[in-house]
Amino acid sequence: MTLVDNEMRSGSVSLLAGESPPGRRTDSVFRSAAALAAGVVLLILGLILVTTTRNAWPAFAEEGLSFVTSSTWDVAGAAFGTLAFTYGTLVISAIALLIAVPVSIGVALFVTEMVPKRLRAGVVMLIDLLSSVPSVVFGLWGILVVAPAITGVYTNISSALSGVPVLRTVFSGAPISGRSFFTAGLILAIMITPIITSITRETFATVPRAQKDAAYALGATNWEMIRGSVLPFSRSGIVAGVLLGFGRAIGETIAVALVIGSSPQITQRLFSSGDALSAVIANQFGESTGTYQAALIGMGVLLFVITLVISAFARAMIARAERRIGAESV
Amino acid sequence: MTTIDLRDGAPDLGEETRYSITRSRSGRQRQAINFLVHALFVIAFVSIVVPLALVIGYVVTRGMKVMSVSFLTDDIPIVTRAPGGGLGPAIVGTLLITGAAMLMAVPLGILGGIYLNEYGAKRRITKAIRFLAEVMTGVPSIVMGLFIYTTWVLAFGVSGFAGALALACLMLPVIIRSTEEMLRLVPIDQRQSAYALGGRRAGTIFRVVLPAAAPGIVSGVLLAVARAAGETAPLLFTILTVNAVNTDIFHGANTALSVQIFRNAQQVFPGPQERAWGAALTLLSIVFVFTLIARAVSAIFARKHQV
Repeated sequence: MTLVDNEMRSGSVSLLAGESPPGRRTDSVFRSAAALAAGVVLLILGLILVTTTRNAWPAFAEEGLSFVTSSTWDVAGAAFGTLAFTYGTLVISAIALLIAVPVSIGVALFVTEMVPKRLRAGVVMLIDLLSSVPSVVFGLWGILVVAPAITGVYTNISSALSGVPVLRTVFSGAPISGRSFFTAGLILAIMITPIITSITRETFATVPRAQKDAAYALGATNWEMIRGSVLPFSRSGIVAGVLLGFGRAIGETIAVALVIGSSPQITQRLFSSGDALSAVIANQFGESTGTYQAALIGMGVLLFVITLVISAFARAMIARAERRIGAESV
Repeated sequence: MTTIDLRDGAPDLGEETRYSITRSRSGRQRQAINFLVHALFVIAFVSIVVPLALVIGYVVTRGMKVMSVSFLTDDIPIVTRAPGGGLGPAIVGTLLITGAAMLMAVPLGILGGIYLNEYGAKRRITKAIRFLAEVMTGVPSIVMGLFIYTTWVLAFGVSGFAGALALACLMLPVIIRSTEEMLRLVPIDQRQSAYALGGRRAGTIFRVVLPAAAPGIVSGVLLAVARAAGETAPLLFTILTVNAVNTDIFHGANTALSVQIFRNAQQVFPGPQERAWGAALTLLSIVFVFTLIARAVSAIFARKHQV
């Protein structure tokens, strides 16, 4: 079946069709049109890199390496160091992943191993709904509902941990703000859970029946089966899901711009306000000109390159997982 | 040598076994761990349902307070802090900009998908394009906004069309990939039958393959549109904002529901905050309707394929 399939696709079978000249012309025109459409992807990605880098160049040229290594962001003094924003982006992404990864794997196992087949579609629908909620709606909810409500919780946690050596530096100390690294990480976690869940769920669903049955035959409980058969088999799928979630978290803009508190600082206190690359672009681009604007576009280049590398890795992992599944099913 | 006792304790399977973790535990312990882990799965699921319910709950209850016909049609107040007014221009803007993006991205995306699956599935260039399309789905939407700003807005100024271009760039890879997946599901026999009857490649694709895959493709397109309709970041500096309806997407600033939510959410006055909730309810309704239709279409498609 697959062999025939490949032959069909590679075009050798078209010999079977009649040799009517007009049809052949439509064929080749349509073929070129389709090829052109696919080529647009290449064109756009190339253009993004070229045009944004070109427009960011004044900032790159002026700042040099300190564009990424300096944390001094002073618009009036024309100093554009983005380290504090990169720090914020990484911190909130890390918080989001720490929360979202276990939850996503749990949800994926809940769907594949616990929910009866006929209810599965409904549960998946709920996850789809969560992923379709626009970023700005999460942001609105985050800034007007979560941030005011969570400040009290932060204060309690802060005073409870004020005597604990290591945790104290992360969770205690003024100023405490509802619009903070942690709130941004929390909202991000909700937003990246659907993508991690859907990738890991797809991988879990491809675990061969025989592997599971083998575990059950040895007397394994359901969890022991998952631990022994499902999880080892799905390792690259899980890694891919986590990477894609990471990429999403880094690029996520609007919700973060609303809840992170917009204060460029490098601090280990997670309940303090911070800022992130994407949020700074969204919040400051409108009022920017000249080198200032070039610096903001340069931060876009930074985001683009980071997410490109991460998603290329993720896709390579997925491809690897698929290849292995293909090899084992033969 | 090995004794397997399923009632109590794990079987002794030697050193290499994966289940050696269970050897030292009693059956009751193992059952307890099993139960505990499953409880954790349920908790994980509950912990994503709760925020979803909270968000929808807040948007619906707060949004309903301002919802009315005049809210959906009136102009946006010039003075941001003023209460009342409506979001007519934003609704018109969202529909026009998303519609224009759709007109650009859907034909291109479907053609691209056709190319990947029907013409060059095994070629190296196709593999590269497929990979790049996947990578392109991961490009942050704010970067797409910057891209259109540097290529279009700097040359031709802000307009609804500039926003539509940015949304189209976001939709394109999603539509290409989903179209390709759906075409792959069409059984090869259908193509062979068409070729056997003397059909040429383009004709076969148009009359046989595309109709068979149509529901799946439509579903993929609707999901991409739903996602695009909610995007804010790519619109912020490509369309700016206006207070009155601008139906000319090629000239002048425009506005959208998402942009209005973003701007009003940052205000401390109750008037704009109420408008933000109202806009969120309107936007969420549009997005959910598209998503649900997409799911319904693909569910019908899946049922048809099972038979």
